[in-house]
Amino acid sequence: MNMSTVIRGGARAIAASRLLLARRRRGDPSIPPVSVMQIREQMTLAVGRVMAEGSLYDRTLAALAIKQAQGDLVEAAFLVRAYRTTLERIGTTEPISTGRMRIARRVATTHRDVRGGQILGATYDYTHRLLDFALLADTETTEQELPAGAAVPATSPALHPAPAAETMLLDADLLEPVSADDASGAEPAPDLTREPLTLPCRREQRLQALARGDEGFFAGLTYSSMRGFGRMHPFISDLVCGHVEVEIIIPETGDLVAIGEIEVTECRTVHADAGTARFTRGYGLVFGVGERKAIAMAVLDRSLRTRELGDEVVYPAQDEEFVLMHADNLDASGLVQHLKLPHYVDFEAVSQMLRELRRRHASASEDAA
Amino acid sequence: MQRRQWMSVLAQATPQEVDAAWRGHGLSPNFTWLRAPTFCLVMVRGRVNGTGTPFNLGEMTATRCALQLDPGGLGLGYVAGRHKRHATLAALFDALLQGGGRLADDLRRTVAGLDEQRSARHRADAAMAAASKVDFAMQLAEVPAGEAMGEDLP
Repeated sequence: MNMSTVIRGGARAIAASRLLLARRRRGDPSIPPVSVMQIREQMTLAVGRVMAEGSLYDRTLAALAIKQAQGDLVEAAFLVRAYRTTLERIGTTEPISTGRMRIARRVATTHRDVRGGQILGATYDYTHRLLDFALLADTETTEQELPAGAAVPATSPALHPAPAAETMLLDADLLEPVSADDASGAEPAPDLTREPLTLPCRREQRLQALARGDEGFFAGLTYSSMRGFGRMHPFISDLVCGHVEVEIIIPETGDLVAIGEIEVTECRTVHADAGTARFTRGYGLVFGVGERKAIAMAVLDRSLRTRELGDEVVYPAQDEEFVLMHADNLDASGLVQHLKLPHYVDFEAVSQMLRELRRRHASASEDAA
Repeated sequence: MQRRQWMSVLAQATPQEVDAAWRGHGLSPNFTWLRAPTFCLVMVRGRVNGTGTPFNLGEMTATRCALQLDPGGLGLGYVAGRHKRHATLAALFDALLQGGGRLADDLRRTVAGLDEQRSARHRADAAMAAASKVDFAMQLAEVPAGEAMGEDLP
């Protein structure tokens, strides 16, 4: 940006461009506009992603951002991050207790029988991935009734039955002790929204950066680490989606008060470690329903512990700087898209350099001849 | 019921539920704002591995307000999200609940009702989730190989 020139005379063109953008956003005016509430209630996975990467839990604002950005989720996350700077932060919550989650879905893949069982919840995992033309014809029936024979216990607060698989592994001394990977510092870790990331960083900072990083980047990195660029062979010991209470200390009274609930996805992975002959852990936690993101976060969390666990950092997914400094989609999108700005001066300088190089080459060849 | 409990119940009820509960009492007390309803942020923290060191997960929006009844006490409203009326009504409930007397008793019952409504919502959610719990014993009974892969799960 510091090398670009100031361009005048574009005001009228910019005004027209904004009008074109509004028209494009609206699409065919004979089709009813989509409402923010429709997006909030019917595009919940997009809303979740914008909340996670915008690093702000507010379903309505995320839906508004998605509408405004024509469904560009990175742009929507940008809008949300810009909005958050207008609000005062009044404090931090007590750490949420995922152990007291009201779970809507729970998958544990390491043991067939784990306490609490497998709860499929709402998932695409068991769908056929065929286009459903009933949705196109708007003839979908909203099935509210569960299939016959489905067991519906009248009372059973589906609280998260603790990380049961981890407990089994711990009991068998097959899992690293919690203390091994929990560097409880007396000082709280610096907050990325207040202080830029410095490397090497603490695991708490890394988890904050991973929680707000780009899902696509993380999915690709995790894929690379499992395919041959990272020696990752993770197992998901627990994957849960559900609601947790959020509690804050009220400044006026000092009381701990619940102010509401948020929906989160939590993933715990275990990874064989030959050195200690035990499993090590990875941890992922994201706003909203975001299983791909939570899984990738957990695998990368473990992958980024490579040095801590005494191994050599060889691959991109093990490299803290590579992963964390390129994970933020606002930063990435900003640098990539800034290429669209005028670079006349920059370009002229580079062109002059090339002309100068060519002149030197020419005179060098003449000298040689 | 302690103050922190009713504040929690009022915050965790839906804005619509609190609105309906307030209207049910037909009250319109005089008050002055000490802090008009304001949107703000709270940093949500998780824990490493779910139980370890706290880390910053991301922020959430909240609305807070403080009011002084005339005559009467001070009411506080703290609710998740951007809901000025919800925060206002929570603060009015809070102030009146501290006042004691018959009105406070009535309001206390209303808050207990809100708590029950929330529990009912949670029970319904839990029942829906429980219905999708895999019963491996059922699968073993005469299910063709293809379906045992999970294609026919509800």
